[in-house]
Amino acid sequence: MQALRRSLHSSLLRQADISGKGAPAIGAAWSSLRKYASTPADTKMTVREGLNSALDEEMAYDDKVFIIGEEVGEYQGAYKITKGLLQKYGPERVRDTPITEAGFTGLGVGAAFYGLKPIVEFMTFNFAMQAIDHIINSAAKSHYMSGGQLTVPIVFRGPNGAAAGVAAQHSQCFAAWYGSCPGLKVLAPYSVEDARGLMKAAIRDPDPVVFLENEIMYGESFAVSKEVLDPNFLLPIGKAKIEREGSDVTLVSFSKMVGFCLKAAEELEKEGISAEVINLRSIRPLDRETINKSVRKTSRLVAVEEGWPQHGVASEVIASVTEDSFEYLDAAPERITGADVPMPYAANLEKMAVPQIPDIIRAVKRVCYREVPQQKAA
Amino acid sequence: MAAAGVARAPAACSSAALNKSFRKEARAQSRVHCPFVQSKSSPLRHGGFRSEMLGNGLAAMQAQTRPVERPAVRAAGIRAVAEVVDRPSTQESPVDKQEGLMLYEDMVLGRTFEDMCAQMYYRGKMFGFVHLYNGQEAVSTGFIKYLRQDDYVCSTYRDHVHAVSKGVPSRQIMAELFGKSTGCCRGQGGSMHLFSKEWNMLGGFAFIAEGIPVATGAAFQTKYRKEAMGDETADQVTIAFFGDGTTNNGSFYECLNMAALWKLPILFVVENNLWAIGMNHYRATSVPEIWKKGEPFGMPGIHVDGMDVLKVREVAKEAIARARRGDGPTLVECETYRFRGHSLADPDELRDPEEKAKYAKRDPIKQLKNHMLEHGLAKEDDFVAIDKKIEEVIDEAVEFAEASPHPERTQLLQNVFPDPKGFGIGPDGEYRYKDPSFTAGTAAV
Repeated sequence: MQALRRSLHSSLLRQADISGKGAPAIGAAWSSLRKYASTPADTKMTVREGLNSALDEEMAYDDKVFIIGEEVGEYQGAYKITKGLLQKYGPERVRDTPITEAGFTGLGVGAAFYGLKPIVEFMTFNFAMQAIDHIINSAAKSHYMSGGQLTVPIVFRGPNGAAAGVAAQHSQCFAAWYGSCPGLKVLAPYSVEDARGLMKAAIRDPDPVVFLENEIMYGESFAVSKEVLDPNFLLPIGKAKIEREGSDVTLVSFSKMVGFCLKAAEELEKEGISAEVINLRSIRPLDRETINKSVRKTSRLVAVEEGWPQHGVASEVIASVTEDSFEYLDAAPERITGADVPMPYAANLEKMAVPQIPDIIRAVKRVCYREVPQQKAA
Repeated sequence: MAAAGVARAPAACSSAALNKSFRKEARAQSRVHCPFVQSKSSPLRHGGFRSEMLGNGLAAMQAQTRPVERPAVRAAGIRAVAEVVDRPSTQESPVDKQEGLMLYEDMVLGRTFEDMCAQMYYRGKMFGFVHLYNGQEAVSTGFIKYLRQDDYVCSTYRDHVHAVSKGVPSRQIMAELFGKSTGCCRGQGGSMHLFSKEWNMLGGFAFIAEGIPVATGAAFQTKYRKEAMGDETADQVTIAFFGDGTTNNGSFYECLNMAALWKLPILFVVENNLWAIGMNHYRATSVPEIWKKGEPFGMPGIHVDGMDVLKVREVAKEAIARARRGDGPTLVECETYRFRGHSLADPDELRDPEEKAKYAKRDPIKQLKNHMLEHGLAKEDDFVAIDKKIEEVIDEAVEFAEASPHPERTQLLQNVFPDPKGFGIGPDGEYRYKDPSFTAGTAAV
């Protein structure tokens, strides 16, 4: 045990030498280890802690990184993702703003033009609609419009999609909207590994990145390996992950729905259906290769997302499979999405408006031609 | 921050006085160097500067945009609305017994309703985001009780008490918060989205500053009906309620501009409770005096003690009358405070307990009660009777909400479009809404 810790410590030190500014980074990773590890194998971390540690380490690594948004400083973050960062890095680098989404988003883009690396937090991505002009027009399109002269190394992050009982204006999923825009990279983590690796990759990336978190996932705990805790742990942008291998059907989703798909896969295992679950991780660029490779193996596809059906991420997944792997399909691909309505407030209506695990199971059975009649939506 | 009870700032109380003041200023400034005029022979020099501001658009624009210092004195006709000191008991009260008790009852209704919401939330009957209005009742009661049923109110997510004051029955609001189909929005809106066509409550918006353009539009349609459609009876007034944090948002300024430009019948009421979740007003705002932001846009800006319903009511009377006459918008900043956190999920750690105690002493309900007792307008029994009555009303509302049914599954796809053809044509070539399984909730969605 002690030997394990020493070797981890020395490997972190080596990493620190490479970066040159590693001491606080070691502290961050080390303190997170100390809090949770009895042995590194069962280190558990919530997504919230994963994001917080990633932000902490990246701010220590590069002092051009700063965080700007509402309640990120003194309030410790509306969802506590930026907890402790104000105390550590000071008010210049963790900046509380007035309620001025359009203003501070544009400000972030302008700062990024001249080499700073802003992380713009939106309390939820719904509020980013007040700033979407700057995300699309100033950030995404600028590299192109300027003929390659200006880069925008900015990250827009915040919770996306439905929470619990927060009604129509707080529950929209924006993955499809941002995913259709060239010039943006759009990421959607599921686990702590995704949260840490993708967040670090996003911050170090020279392009504008829209980072779609999920409020319900913030409190979920995952076991993490020591690689994940490494301050230089990066995940490649544009690669999906196969969370669970299978042979009968491919389930594709992102963010919270990955968890639902995994649970559905466990249920289906009992009925003799082996489902392969793909965690997209990256909405744009979409990892068409991994999806198609999987479908060519299983011949069946169910795409799952929480957002609205028309023009959704699931639609894009199905289009890509139809284009590239049509001959391999044994059944028409299906998509399970949120209901085509603004999110209702009433609890029972809200439950019907988002996909549930039985919906996924029924869809899988349909594509496997099991005898399941078309049933109610929920 | 203004000391307790201070209502600074001039307030224009009549349009004639205000116009006179602007004309006087314009005349005074015309003798000062004008950057727009290059030479004596410039056409801009002819006419205009000494004429009536209202009669000459160019001069009016120049008078307003000239970057010279305005004279320190605002012209005659503007006086402070509220006095600083408490009225001694020898002085007459601005309300009589009936009015006073009506105001008291409305504020107690708001307070009791919000307290019940907190209870129900912690029991799990309500969920999601709930933002309570405790402490700010004087603003809601003071303004809305001067409105008619056909006047409009537009609010934010902190809208329960605005709806209650406007007249929406408590049982309907409570049922809405419980997510039942008997709610004012059939359970589809929730705490932050209370609408009522009957009582002209225009919501209930979650985004900061989202309600202000909507309110401006309601005022616009009133004016449009009057001028473009010739409806002489169109004299409804709109009130937009919002907070201090909103005054840093671009939409607010856009609407001040349009409302003044087109002289819309609207009141912009700022409930300045100093805090936007955890962000103090002074940390977020370069010029914290919000009432000052009316004047640059051409409307009176008033600052009033929002913890005293009688002072608020005085301002409301003038401002609503001004709007109804057709003299245009008013910006009113009410100094107030919320006794609870931003929402029921807010730990409320950043606010100083001393600050909270200071404002708790200025509880609007207690203030009104003391005022009425001092002036001999009512006795303790009257207040006890009202408290009891309101408790029963709220208890009944909760019972009604509990007993109400949850929405049917078929309700999921309802109310998306007034024209249900919006759901498109189904695989059988017919419009989807005609398919019985679609409305029965059995179609795959």
